[in-house]
Amino acid sequence: MVTLTINGREVKAEKGQTILQVAREIGIDIPTLCHNEALEPYGACRLCIVEVSKGKRTEIVTSCLYPVEEGLEVKTDSPRVISNRKMILELLLARCSKNKVIQRLASQMGIEQPSFKSEYLEDNDCIVCGLCVRACEQVVGVSAISLVNRGITKEPASPFLEPAADCIGCGSCYYICPTGAIKMEDRKDTRIIYNWKVEFKLKKCKVCGNYWAPEKQLDYIKKKWNLPEDFFDICPTCK
Amino acid sequence: MSANTNEMPNKLCSKQDLEALQKELINGRKSDRVFISVCNGTACHPYGCAQLIETFKQEISQQDLGNKAELRITGCHGLCEKGPIVVIQPGDIFYQQVKLEDVPEILRETISKGNIIDRLLHTDPTTGSKIVHRHEIPFYRKQKRNILGNNVEINPTRIEDYIAIGGYTALAKALFEMTPEQIIEQIKRSGLRGRGGAGFPTGTKWESCRHAPGDIKYVIVNADEGDPGAYANEGLLSGNPHSVLEGLIIGAYAIGANQGYVYVRNEYPLALANITTALNQAQQLGLLGENILGSRFDLNVSITRGGGAFVCGESTALMASLEGKVGEPRAKYVHTVEKGLWDRPSDLNNVETWANVPVIINKGADWYRTLGTDSSKGTKIFSLVGKISNTGLVEVPMGITLREIIYDIGGGIRGGKKFKAVQTGGPSGGCLPEKFLDLPVDFDELTKAGSMMGSGGMIVMDETTCMVDIAKYFLTFLEEESCGKCVPCREGIKRMRQILNDITEGKGGEEDIDLLEQLSATLVDSSLCALGSTAPNPVITTIRYFRDEYEAHIKEKRCPAGVCKALISYYIIKEKCPGCGLCVKACPQDAITFIGKKKPVALDESKCIKCGACYDVCKLGAVGRK
Repeated sequence: MVTLTINGREVKAEKGQTILQVAREIGIDIPTLCHNEALEPYGACRLCIVEVSKGKRTEIVTSCLYPVEEGLEVKTDSPRVISNRKMILELLLARCSKNKVIQRLASQMGIEQPSFKSEYLEDNDCIVCGLCVRACEQVVGVSAISLVNRGITKEPASPFLEPAADCIGCGSCYYICPTGAIKMEDRKDTRIIYNWKVEFKLKKCKVCGNYWAPEKQLDYIKKKWNLPEDFFDICPTCK
Repeated sequence: MSANTNEMPNKLCSKQDLEALQKELINGRKSDRVFISVCNGTACHPYGCAQLIETFKQEISQQDLGNKAELRITGCHGLCEKGPIVVIQPGDIFYQQVKLEDVPEILRETISKGNIIDRLLHTDPTTGSKIVHRHEIPFYRKQKRNILGNNVEINPTRIEDYIAIGGYTALAKALFEMTPEQIIEQIKRSGLRGRGGAGFPTGTKWESCRHAPGDIKYVIVNADEGDPGAYANEGLLSGNPHSVLEGLIIGAYAIGANQGYVYVRNEYPLALANITTALNQAQQLGLLGENILGSRFDLNVSITRGGGAFVCGESTALMASLEGKVGEPRAKYVHTVEKGLWDRPSDLNNVETWANVPVIINKGADWYRTLGTDSSKGTKIFSLVGKISNTGLVEVPMGITLREIIYDIGGGIRGGKKFKAVQTGGPSGGCLPEKFLDLPVDFDELTKAGSMMGSGGMIVMDETTCMVDIAKYFLTFLEEESCGKCVPCREGIKRMRQILNDITEGKGGEEDIDLLEQLSATLVDSSLCALGSTAPNPVITTIRYFRDEYEAHIKEKRCPAGVCKALISYYIIKEKCPGCGLCVKACPQDAITFIGKKKPVALDESKCIKCGACYDVCKLGAVGRK
């Protein structure tokens, strides 16, 4: 166990925990966009920055990655943290000027308009947090998509921008995306994920007749867990 | 054993074997031989050094000088501005800008008769007198070429050359006379700091890696030098690859690593070829691989080519790339010496850092400490480029002033123009103005002034450089090279570049300087890696030291250096123009009309693209710029 202080409160934490985990456990809210507990921390959105001091040294670090240390003093909302976090949100808002999630987050920080010229504002939904790619890799185990290009052109994409051959249509990318950048639609017996240019036939439940999951996803699960061929003939609701 | 060029000597199984080979190689060098060292470095290639070497070979046999003269094809000699360079030893005779037609004369006069060819000598820029000997040339005189100096003495593709000048004796000393702890102690005592940019104490890094828990450890050479204008690592790796390799093997032994990697950018074909050759030769001679020199120490080294991303020079991004992943950095809250490549303890050092190691082991930490300042010891290699008379690779003792580098070694500003700024440390270094010319070159002093040592770029700017434009140039480079992972770097650099672009186009507002400063603060504080946190340096320092230029662009819509096209216009000064028509011919847009002899020409501003061709071509000062 190590003892540290967060916003003046003394806290005991397990070695190996991150500042974000400990802060959330004691009810201190730190905003995040690229973080999800099911995935390895990534440190890309930088919203979770906090100020840490140990001895004479004070620095800004990402709380999602920084491991707790004995004697660490953490401030989650010091003026330096706030001013940096605001600028990061302004940058995100300039990229995603019409995105409701980003607008709301910015507004909570008191930002209505970014400081940049209006003609330079963009209408993106993706903030390149990589959650879709990481969920596909770390949770689903498929790695059908990846981040491609670098710098300002970086984006999640299917290989060679062609239909993602390995995608099983599970929709994890869609569900985990914090900004609604991934467009997925179930149209009767077909699921379409527009971002990866893929379409899947949905399985029909033998009892209720509803289309409930992509056949490719169910085949993937059956194979992975060695389940009987008819295992998914009936949907979870009817089972 | 044989010292013949065509076959490799036998495998060396002990320290005694190495010493015997060295003795044999030295004795084999006939004392009556004249060595003609021709620079085959990257910068001499565009000047045609490859053909020059061929011509020397043919001419040596034609003049039947095979017994008297030996051609030595070497790496970079440093004074790239005056290439191709030929140095004749003994005598240290220095010929510059040597052409193919000079070759027969050099052999006939200098090699056969000992006569000096005046035409090919270097001219002292201040006195105008001709200089015969290389060591007397001002460019070399103030340098301390501890690391680069051997480039002239060896053919980098021949391990025998390296061994003959004492190569691998430091390795033998380390393996047989020192414990790993003693080696680390020497490196710590020497005060060697990382030459890749951050200046972390090398010995401390090695010690942490040695003490980090884990059986498998790695050592890595970072040869991913990607700064625009910098080729210091290239010149060293292509010119003396064994010195880097020897340092690496010593480091691996001290740290307890049995696997090493050399990460070279693929755009360095010569460095890549020469380190590959060096690696194979060291392997064949038993200086790499299993049971090195019979010491029971094993080290395998592989070469990996970098795909050309600037960010892969960052240690964690480089390691990700080595693992076959996308070259993205990660947070270093847990250091790479504990969890690096494949999460194992890894020690990564720059090419130049590794090359310093054999020197320290051979000559001792106390000797090494005599060079430099309190906090920065030894020498530093810089690629001296930009608006300077002598561009090239220089190696200077730490603590030398910028003025000495720029004026004494670099020969001052090209074309008699006025010095304006010098940027050290690559694209994310700072631009330092004239008042810092007497600043000693030292890790901490450069940082205090708002710049950094970096990996060795030194770009000199004169009065014709616009400081807003130069900041825009570096930010454009960094915008393209940001890996795009974290928001401040990816989005912030882009916004800063947009603002700078607007300022250079006369669309800047008074609030822009403040906004640039706010963005800079966020990038410094909250970027994921050093690429983002140092990216604002060119902006911060140009605002700090050249604020008047920013204000001239913003408030007066004027570019004082006459660079930003949107803010300048050309006009004909009628009373000076004799209507010679030179500018009419030079103009690519037909914007200038010839009216008649002795009548001033007419310039149509609507057609003018502000290329400045008329301004440059007019010898009478009849084209004005405002």
